[in-house]
Amino acid sequence: MTRVLELSHITKRFGAVTANEDVSLHLDRGEIVALLGENGAGKTTLMSILFGHYTADEGTVRVEGQELPPGRSRAAIRAGVGMVHQHFALAPNLSVLDNVMTGTEPLWRLRSDRAAGRAKLVALSERFGLRVDPDALVSDLSVGECQRVEILKALYNDARILILDEPTAVLTAQEAESLFATLRQMTENGLSLIFISHKLHEVMSASDRVVVLRRGCVVAERRTSETSREELAELMVGRKVERPARAPAVPGRVLLEAVDLSLHGKGGASLHDVSFRLRAGETLGIIGVSGNGQTTLAGVVSGLYPPSSGSLSVDGRAVTRHTVPDAIAAGIGRIPEDRNAEGSIGDMTTWENAVLERIWSPDFSARGFVRRAAARKATADILARYDVRGASVDGRIRLLSGGNMQKLILGRVLEAGPDILVAAQPSRGLDEGAIAGVHARLLEARGRGAGVLLISEDLDEVIALSDRIRAIVNGRLSPAIPAGRANAQLLGLMMAGDWSAAERIEAETHDAL
Amino acid sequence: MRFERREHPSRALTLLAPVGAILAALIVAGVLIAIAGANPFRAYALILNGAFGSRLGISETLTRTTPLILTGLAAAVAFRARLWNIGGEGQFYLGAIAVAALGMIPAIAAIPAPIAITLCCIAGAVAGMVLLLVPLGLRLRFGVDEVVTTLLLNFVALLFVSLMIEGAMKDPLAFGWPQSVPVPDNTLLATLIPRTRLHAGLLIALAMAVLVWFVQARSVFGMRARAAGLNPRAAAFAGVPLGRTLIGVACLSGGLAGLAGAIEVMGVKGYVTTDLSPNYGYSGIVIAMLANLNPLGVIFAALFTAVMFVGADSMSRALSIPSYIADVTVALSLLTMLVAIFLAQYRIRR
Amino acid sequence: MSVLFDILGSVGMWEAVLRIATPLILGTLGVLLCERVGVLNLGIEGIMAFGAMIGWLTVYQGGDLWTGMLAAALGGAAFGFLHALLTVPLGLSQHVTGLGITLFASSFAYYVFRLAVPTASSPPTIDPFQPLSVPVLSEIPFLGPVLFNQTAPTYLAVAFVALIAWGLYRTPLGLAVRMAGENPHALDAQGIDPIWLRIGTIMAGSALMGMGGAFLTLSAFNSFFPTMIQGRGWVCVALVVFASWRPGRALLGALLFALFDAFQLRLQTVVDGVPYQLFLMMPYLLSIVALIIMARRARVPQALMQPYRRGER
Repeated sequence: MTRVLELSHITKRFGAVTANEDVSLHLDRGEIVALLGENGAGKTTLMSILFGHYTADEGTVRVEGQELPPGRSRAAIRAGVGMVHQHFALAPNLSVLDNVMTGTEPLWRLRSDRAAGRAKLVALSERFGLRVDPDALVSDLSVGECQRVEILKALYNDARILILDEPTAVLTAQEAESLFATLRQMTENGLSLIFISHKLHEVMSASDRVVVLRRGCVVAERRTSETSREELAELMVGRKVERPARAPAVPGRVLLEAVDLSLHGKGGASLHDVSFRLRAGETLGIIGVSGNGQTTLAGVVSGLYPPSSGSLSVDGRAVTRHTVPDAIAAGIGRIPEDRNAEGSIGDMTTWENAVLERIWSPDFSARGFVRRAAARKATADILARYDVRGASVDGRIRLLSGGNMQKLILGRVLEAGPDILVAAQPSRGLDEGAIAGVHARLLEARGRGAGVLLISEDLDEVIALSDRIRAIVNGRLSPAIPAGRANAQLLGLMMAGDWSAAERIEAETHDAL
Repeated sequence: MRFERREHPSRALTLLAPVGAILAALIVAGVLIAIAGANPFRAYALILNGAFGSRLGISETLTRTTPLILTGLAAAVAFRARLWNIGGEGQFYLGAIAVAALGMIPAIAAIPAPIAITLCCIAGAVAGMVLLLVPLGLRLRFGVDEVVTTLLLNFVALLFVSLMIEGAMKDPLAFGWPQSVPVPDNTLLATLIPRTRLHAGLLIALAMAVLVWFVQARSVFGMRARAAGLNPRAAAFAGVPLGRTLIGVACLSGGLAGLAGAIEVMGVKGYVTTDLSPNYGYSGIVIAMLANLNPLGVIFAALFTAVMFVGADSMSRALSIPSYIADVTVALSLLTMLVAIFLAQYRIRR
Repeated sequence: MSVLFDILGSVGMWEAVLRIATPLILGTLGVLLCERVGVLNLGIEGIMAFGAMIGWLTVYQGGDLWTGMLAAALGGAAFGFLHALLTVPLGLSQHVTGLGITLFASSFAYYVFRLAVPTASSPPTIDPFQPLSVPVLSEIPFLGPVLFNQTAPTYLAVAFVALIAWGLYRTPLGLAVRMAGENPHALDAQGIDPIWLRIGTIMAGSALMGMGGAFLTLSAFNSFFPTMIQGRGWVCVALVVFASWRPGRALLGALLFALFDAFQLRLQTVVDGVPYQLFLMMPYLLSIVALIIMARRARVPQALMQPYRRGER
């Protein structure tokens, strides 16, 4: 085995935060190494150093024995390192060929040799089974095809070492499987791979060796064949993971009913004839690969976009006008998908962020003017009751960590005592401790009789919290299955659009609901 | 070299930013003065002397400050909500011509002065509003960027004024000069200091600054406008009606710029010409930025700008340095202010 | 009606089209380059004023006409560098910085002009570019004088259209420029630094703007006076949207615009009873109409107005 890549003693600090500390890692030819760690464990930073996006404070990177100069992507590319980013680094307005050829020729050539570029691209895509039309605009491609273009870009640069950052984040289970088959084929062609992941099952099934990162340090290294999911989970988190206990659901009256909701093109994917019921005291989980309409669905229920057809009724009353203030006044609490872009305004104060969505209420304003004292008092209560740390009532909210920001958002929503809770990706990007806290709050709301619409891509979270589960695929909602019957394979099929099994289960259990 | 966002941007730095910016602009302008063969210190002394050295100087400076406060406020409230109103110049002229048009109605001359003045202020403000609501409507309806449309409408507005004062509203007693019929005496603003041009418009402008500050800091509308500017997506999620809020902001911003034009007619000239404004609208943008968009800060930024313009006039007579040096300094202070705000928010790392 | 046909049939009007279009072509190409690489450059109005002044002053002080053009290009590039420095590495607001550049460049131009020509009731003149008849071609009836009897900078401007179209779509550098305007992260990931590419491209675009200004004083007219740009820069910004960020369509847009302008100029002289201001308003209103038509259709560079900082998404 020849060693193709060696990172030694890498340390990287951002201000007071240490992102990587004394990390060493190696990769042999033809090997697939999984870099496993939670969000914020320092995986992406480490790979960005390897690829020259960041400069390490200490430590060296060697590719095939040669040390790479720090901070130069070009040097990494020349040495044969290719990176496939989690957020695709593609230009939607340009063609596949344009995207692949950018930066591959000497800049000052008077004419770009597109014929040669096209030939090379076609040859590569045939050799590795990554089919894609070179002249298609990237904006017309599916997510899976975009990823193929990303991989082809690296291969076009003659990469011998490929780094994939969370490659399955946006893929269905089936697409992910075929991706890993392709990757395996690449190693047989002499490539060596590192993939970054926090998903245990794919690490177990696709890698030869696992390196576990926690809080910026390497805490363990195992041959995949000699370890188990349980051991890896414990290594990654640092302790045994315990999901909160859940009392059995006591579903009550129907709080929210959607009948044939449709909406075209707002907020991403559109919705087609979506119907569902949400009862008091239950949690309905909606799973799906991102971009299949879950954002739109949450937006419609939250009052952001009016549906183009279909009806929505809240607590038995048909809704005619459903703006955000209407939704809140009707008792719908909303936890946004993106805390920073949607749930908070970084340059406003904590109290302003806490009351903005209810500023129309007499609690917080009178005759067009803000009742500042009342607003600050309410905010101080939220900070205390929901244990929001590092925030002051008058400070800017920008400085809050993700977990504390989510606590504040939960606080402002739950303090209003909503009957219906729309929680979109409520634990995305949080660490385990914060996740447990969020889950406890969601269960608490359900316990006191609220209906919770949980929209999440995290299957474990949906299984742990939901009473019934539906999948959303291309804007359509699957039949509902009871959470007790859910397993990874069944959910995978549902998310891929194969609903035959789910239909059977729904028919079997329909009387029970 | 990298820039890192300061976690706690210090208040002192933010307050010092305009001072640093103005100093930097004065230094660069000083070099330009020196290259032209004059002593920059003497030039600045002459500028200060021209602006403050006499009763007439002070009154001229304050007279100049008045419209600048209003156009500065117009830009500041708009920019707060990320509404790029660069059309202050056109709104100023439309406000001015609206007052002149109202003054041509015979009934106006017959009503008591306070009512006539109030009506004129409203007319000017409404004219300014209308000119800004057009580009805002185009943005909301068609997605047209308002920067270019407000800029282009400045030229249209000025041509419209020219059309009016050479046509329907031309003063027949002005020996052929293109100027509007003078407004009736009962709409003229009272003089604050006898035998100078300083008029009660200054008090209106100061009151507006305080009022705008109060609305921004304390009202639901002010909070929503700020939210809509800082993060439209989060504001929409929190139920801020973006379109309606922007329309409110546009009314306020365009209204202030129109009011500036109205007051300039009622306080200084009494009629409209096409050189009524030495770029008051564009200077308002600089003033808003120098004030860091704070309505009370606008007062001081407007004063600085007025000092430069009034002082440079008398300095240029004494030293034969072109008075354009005032424009250069003011423009430079906009650029240095941008850098100063940046330095207050970021630190430089190697 | 026959008046309209007289105007439309006159060689003089069609000859004026290319002349009026030239500063717009240069300015529009300049804005197009800046925006293709991802940066709005509202400095154009001031940069054109400075180019007009410095080009004229160079010739007035004894330089030849091409030296004047070069001076305008260099002056434009210098202001472009300032704009780029503030908006690219520092990531400051492109709107406000651009306006600041416009205010600074134009007032600086007037300052320098007044220093050089302290007091003159009528602005001094220079000998401008003379029409250059292309042999043989200029003798074609009608088309000859219209297309091939222009001054040299006009031919140059048209050549720039072809050059920039070729550069953007056929060379590796052009692809990198387009990528910087669409997704600078992707460009960086391929090992090209978007920061320097943006700075360089903005300078090149601003040089074109400077030349556009200089055309006014060195070819269309023969003297400089403040406020001579008259919003031409802003019109160019609108034309780029109209052109959907494509060089060929930018040429088309500038020509259409100039055709309209030439037409209304002649119409003014023959139509009685309509105030001239209404004619003068037309170009500005037309620009706004062009913006309305294209605003939602145009394929906007995705990273336009988004500052790029490494490691920040």
